[in-house]
Amino acid sequence: MSARLRIPPHARRDLAFAVLTLALFCAVTFVFPAFASPRNIAGLLDDTAILIMLALGQTLVILGRGIDLSIAANLALCGMLAALFNRAWPGAGVAPVLALTLVSGGLLGACNGLLVWKLRLPPIVVTLGTMSVFRGAIYLLSRGAWVNENEMSRDFLAFPRREFLGVSLLAWIALAVAAAFVVALRRTRVARDLYAAGGNPEAASYSGIDPGRMQFIAYTLCGAIAGVCGYLWVARFAVAYTDIALGFELSVIAACLIGGVAIAGGVGSAAGVILGCLFIGIIRNSLPLVGISAFWQMFINGVVILAAVLLSARQREFKRTILEVRA
Amino acid sequence: MKRASLLRWETMLAAVLVFEFILFSTISPYFLNVDTLSDATFNFTERAIVALPLALLIIAGEIDISVAAIIALASVAMGLASAQGLGTASVAGVGLGTGFLAGCINGALVTLGRVPSIVATIGTMTLFRGAAYAVLGDRVLKDYPDSFAAFGQGYLVGPISIELALFAGFAMVFAVFLHRTRWGRAIFAIGANPVASRFAGVAVNRYRFALFALTGLFSGLAAVLLTSRLGSTRPSIAQGWELEIISMVILGGVSVWGGKGSIGGVVLAALVFGLVTFGLGLMNIPGIVMSIFTGLLLILVVAVPALLNRR
Repeated sequence: MSARLRIPPHARRDLAFAVLTLALFCAVTFVFPAFASPRNIAGLLDDTAILIMLALGQTLVILGRGIDLSIAANLALCGMLAALFNRAWPGAGVAPVLALTLVSGGLLGACNGLLVWKLRLPPIVVTLGTMSVFRGAIYLLSRGAWVNENEMSRDFLAFPRREFLGVSLLAWIALAVAAAFVVALRRTRVARDLYAAGGNPEAASYSGIDPGRMQFIAYTLCGAIAGVCGYLWVARFAVAYTDIALGFELSVIAACLIGGVAIAGGVGSAAGVILGCLFIGIIRNSLPLVGISAFWQMFINGVVILAAVLLSARQREFKRTILEVRA
Repeated sequence: MKRASLLRWETMLAAVLVFEFILFSTISPYFLNVDTLSDATFNFTERAIVALPLALLIIAGEIDISVAAIIALASVAMGLASAQGLGTASVAGVGLGTGFLAGCINGALVTLGRVPSIVATIGTMTLFRGAAYAVLGDRVLKDYPDSFAAFGQGYLVGPISIELALFAGFAMVFAVFLHRTRWGRAIFAIGANPVASRFAGVAVNRYRFALFALTGLFSGLAAVLLTSRLGSTRPSIAQGWELEIISMVILGGVSVWGGKGSIGGVVLAALVFGLVTFGLGLMNIPGIVMSIFTGLLLILVVAVPALLNRR
């Protein structure tokens, strides 16, 4: 560990993780040179794009000491809304669909945020509840039926697949969102307020920041991202049904944890989370090359999560345990 | 004051239960029948058995998201053991042992590794479920000894299944343990204020570790019952149960902030859960619609006290 270097502790983690991710990438490329081909890298970005966006949204919520278990159900509900809208008005184009999912996702997120902010309910219970409600709502909306590829308009399906410079539009959107998060989390006032609120809510409220309001904003943004991702997901996989992205909320949270976001709030960076998602993506894409069954993916993820959180726990040890006695 | 609102919640759950009984028996003539009711217990006892130790864990201010993954891992271990030709007792032993070990890993991560329990168990959830997939892939294990079916399909006396008897017995043991012993008091104290408990001489981490191990052991038990009832193991077994079991506990009035809750509430919530699922089945309403009600109920449980105690 280069503890002597004058790099702030958190950037140090991101830097180490970047080196690790790069090393993993190089190792796979060394054995399978085709892995670094532009075609494959574009595919890798396309595969991880939705995870990156969702994980960044979730990061906002976790930074503010919340958690959003309803993120995947929100995605599925907005995805279904998009598919049904498109079926009803196939000629309307993509712009209204994007607007619809952005707004509906944001509203669903705002429901979570309001309950957490105004009633001070525990985030895990609120989002566990809304998760079930959203899933049930999809069933009611669709009456349990699937919306299949042949019921979707060509524009609707083609939008995320359109390619610029060999990279899909879906990946470009994720890259744009990622860049926006990297800048916004470091440079905007609202982000600094969010860090402050999550790091120490009492101190934050003494300095004029309402931690509840910051959580509300985080949930709303996270919901809006999940909503748009719902459309992108449905268009990419060309099908919408009640159970899409079932259980994906935990994968998203896992990506945040690997990326160094602290569940206790106030700690985490956009760069770390993006690296975490890429790390997962590289493993997922290289397993078939190395000849390991795809069934090992989840197990490897588990090992990575535990390694990441154990290391983070050691780093943070002194900060939060001034009074706690070691048993 | 707090004790009173807690009581109120349990009365409310009991009222919901009575209401369900009346509703379903007027809707379906087949409902108020001993055999029907006995069948109805099968769709919640396995989950409810895990809800008991998980309630203690949540009261102590921790959480375990990995319970369903432990069930899957234990089920896979049992499938492999019985493929090796082990007898019924040993197969069940393997299931319980796997669950216990998995629980100990969670406990070690939280106490020795000092990882927040939600984070640690999201990690182990992925690890355990991942191990189940890695070992089994898309295969199915189903050569269990014939007598193994007794755990999940057998009856103790008359219409009372072994599963139901186990749940009832353990519910009483847990109720006495939590509400009548000093260990139970210590669990409430840890949940209310771990630092103060530590200064008061409670071995906080020892309790935490034991509770995680206990939750693992009972997940192993649930795995024995579920595997025996289904007669087969797939890595996707008990998928999504973690959130259902946690919902059950919270619906029972246990506070996720720790320090509050009762076994009586959890038992009532389990019954409400089981009856609703079963009754809606009688009415041909799909389970996913019910999830809207459970979701709203879950938010209501925490919202009502919050609205009442508003400062």
